[in-house]
Amino acid sequence: MLEARGLTVRYGAVAALDGFGLTVPDARVVSVLGPSGCGKSTLLRVIAGLEPVEAGDVLWDGGSLSHVPPHRRGFGLMFQDYSLFPHLTVADNVAFGLRMAHLKGERLRVGVAEALDRVGLRGYERRSIGNLSGGEQQRVALARALAPAPRLLMLDEPLGALDRTLRERLVGELSGLFSELGLTAVYVTHDQEEAFSLADRVVIMRAGRVAQEGVPEEVWARPADEWVARFLGFANIVDAVVTDGYAQTAWGRFPVEAAAEAPGRARRDGPARLLLRTEALVPTADGALQGLVVSRVFRGGRYRVEIQVSPDVVLQMELGAEVTPGAGERVAFAVDPAGVVVF
Amino acid sequence: MGAYALAAIPLAYFVYLFLYPLASILWVSLVLEGRLDLRPFAEIVTRSSLRAAIWFSFWQATVSTLITMVVGLPAAYVFARYRFPGKGLMRAMVTIPFVLPAVVVSSAFVALLGPSGFLGLDLRHTVWAVLIAHVFYNYAVVVRTVGGLWAHLDPRIEDAARMLGAGRLRTFREVTFPLLRPALAAAASIVFLFTFTSFGVILILGGLRYATIEVEIYRQATSFLHLGLAAALAVVQLVGLTVILFVYNRYQERRSVELGLRAAVETERKPRTRGEHAFVWGTLGFTGVFLGVPLLVLVERSFRTTSGYGLGYYRALASTAGGSLFVPPVEALRNSLGFAVVATVVAVAVGLMSASVIAYRRDWSGRTLDLLIMLPLATSAVTIGLGFIVALDRPVDLRTSPWLIPLAHSLVAVPFVVRTALPVLRSVKGRLREAAAVLGAPPARVWREIDLPIVARSALVGAGFAFAISLGEFGATAFIARPDRPTVPIAIFRLLSRPGAVNSGQAMALSTVLMVVTALSIGLIERFRVGEAGEF
Repeated sequence: MLEARGLTVRYGAVAALDGFGLTVPDARVVSVLGPSGCGKSTLLRVIAGLEPVEAGDVLWDGGSLSHVPPHRRGFGLMFQDYSLFPHLTVADNVAFGLRMAHLKGERLRVGVAEALDRVGLRGYERRSIGNLSGGEQQRVALARALAPAPRLLMLDEPLGALDRTLRERLVGELSGLFSELGLTAVYVTHDQEEAFSLADRVVIMRAGRVAQEGVPEEVWARPADEWVARFLGFANIVDAVVTDGYAQTAWGRFPVEAAAEAPGRARRDGPARLLLRTEALVPTADGALQGLVVSRVFRGGRYRVEIQVSPDVVLQMELGAEVTPGAGERVAFAVDPAGVVVF
Repeated sequence: MGAYALAAIPLAYFVYLFLYPLASILWVSLVLEGRLDLRPFAEIVTRSSLRAAIWFSFWQATVSTLITMVVGLPAAYVFARYRFPGKGLMRAMVTIPFVLPAVVVSSAFVALLGPSGFLGLDLRHTVWAVLIAHVFYNYAVVVRTVGGLWAHLDPRIEDAARMLGAGRLRTFREVTFPLLRPALAAAASIVFLFTFTSFGVILILGGLRYATIEVEIYRQATSFLHLGLAAALAVVQLVGLTVILFVYNRYQERRSVELGLRAAVETERKPRTRGEHAFVWGTLGFTGVFLGVPLLVLVERSFRTTSGYGLGYYRALASTAGGSLFVPPVEALRNSLGFAVVATVVAVAVGLMSASVIAYRRDWSGRTLDLLIMLPLATSAVTIGLGFIVALDRPVDLRTSPWLIPLAHSLVAVPFVVRTALPVLRSVKGRLREAAAVLGAPPARVWREIDLPIVARSALVGAGFAFAISLGEFGATAFIARPDRPTVPIAIFRLLSRPGAVNSGQAMALSTVLMVVTALSIGLIERFRVGEAGEF
């Protein structure tokens, strides 16, 4: 089990890590999700032992690693730019870690073959790194990191440089690999889809701190604050005053008795910010809430419709193909409290 | 402590073999018998033949540069953007003239344009012979420097311009050309630099009618023993070169602007239309003929004796029968190989030490070396030879030592070793070491498994350069070689300056041998080049 406590790294005035903590239980995948520049790569470098910390400690099974150099930690790191050795062949790149673990002869050959098999690169042994495509390099980097069977595998935006279709396929393959090998892994990305589909737990990182932590479903259902909600792509965040289970806004009143609260926040009456998921806005034949359609975008099977509900509030709704008011039409809707989060 | 020792050796090397001789030249140009004497500089201003040499240096360098750029650009484009069979081989062939010794190139053009030449018209001792030889020599600079950047420019930038309504020419003028400008300027600077200090080509092909500053320094020092004037000319030339190098450096710095470069394999494609096929193969055909014919004629001439084709001239290399040399030419070959081995060892050792200091030490020692290293490039070969002659009699008289020649050669070669090793050392620095460490390699093992193999290959590349440079070096050697211990280029020069078919035939044979040996050591470079390190 990996534990990181109070990690702090500063570059001049900027804190890349600011008291960051992280726990990765055995055979679990934890994804660290955050925008670029939030300190994700620094976190991995600190865990790997490549970056000194100002404060904090990294522990494995309860023992501090602060005096263990990178090559004795037994961790694997898949670099964002892959950092493959340009002077070695594919097989020699993959063999490198195994040789460091004193594997020789047949066992070495088998280890390389297995690692390459696992990433679907059988037959690439003698190819040189310069002649590989981006996707192939990514696989070599993964095979190289996996080959010595590290007790912790860290992946730094491993799919970042690849195109969307390839990325979607590889997410599936990685997910299969993780569970098949029972890997303990830290997966760093800025892509929430990758994080949610691969990880057992998600840590959302903002400016070197933990913004929220939890299982993917929980993080998705109840973002901790407005920043996390916006980072996850939620657009409808509005001002309201909550009294007796009802929210009063400039554009109408609706019940929020059954709404969720952000984690760690007690319900109380008064001014609040509300997150209205697109699925919380349900079109009705006659509703007190109304808006004017300002745009309509086809999203494959459904439409994303933007409606103006007051001079300065525009909400996004998802509508099925059967009921699709065009731009300029009025739309009546109700708010389903199950899709509301109160901050 | 160890780190400072690492810096101290190359620093001492440069101070003693480069700065001290240079300072001596300045001293000799200004001081005669202990008193300030500006007469040499006054003479440069008043004597029309010296003014003419300065003017000719600039003129022929400018014209050579312009012609080389125009002639080389289509090939740069073809090599950058098209995929065709035999490309790697063709690219290596294009480089060969550039690395050939000046005397070999001159021999080839004597064979091609000489009195009993292949073309049947005698262009020797005309400016045309000089210009054509210069274009031949520097063609590769344009193809590789400009083509090198061109191959990495994202073609989609050009596509974007086309989509925005720019025609082909317009796209070139407004998009491609500005993006290429750093490489164009760099290539032009290099060609200008090389032709400005052209020595062997002018001496052999230009005859007595044409002299660059470089040739004039040599004549003043060796024919008229007028060291003060030679030194003053060297100072004038050094000032000119410094200006050129300054311009080159400025553009090199700008080159590091982020251009969103792509891998070369992503930008090249097969020619598609008939027009493209015609252009690609036409350009390649011209390149092949222009670069191939002079060398083929040289080889042909070396076998064509007065009594039909045969090995006569090669056999004659082993004897002094020609009588124009103190020693048989084969002796010169033995000398050259010996000197080249010593020069290579010294250049690689000093070069690698310097490169490590520059790459790892960010303090004054690294920066000073970085600057010092490139200075021999900015100094002409003849100046280096002159400097050795005027300076190296103290503290020990090295002037008659057999070490003098390989030391001079190593001085010319060190910048090439450093330039090949430096980018490699820098590239190894960060991530790759970390990757190895994470995979379980302790620091010593990282050095052995990552640094050493990569640097060793670049050291081998540097050694290839150094060996080729030493074999072909002519300008400095002309000053310091002793008559009884000539190198191959000196022997070729002497043979070429004697009349008669036997002498000229032996010169062709010896040039052919030198060409083959040089090509082999360059072949080694192409074989072991890591990525594109060592491009100039």
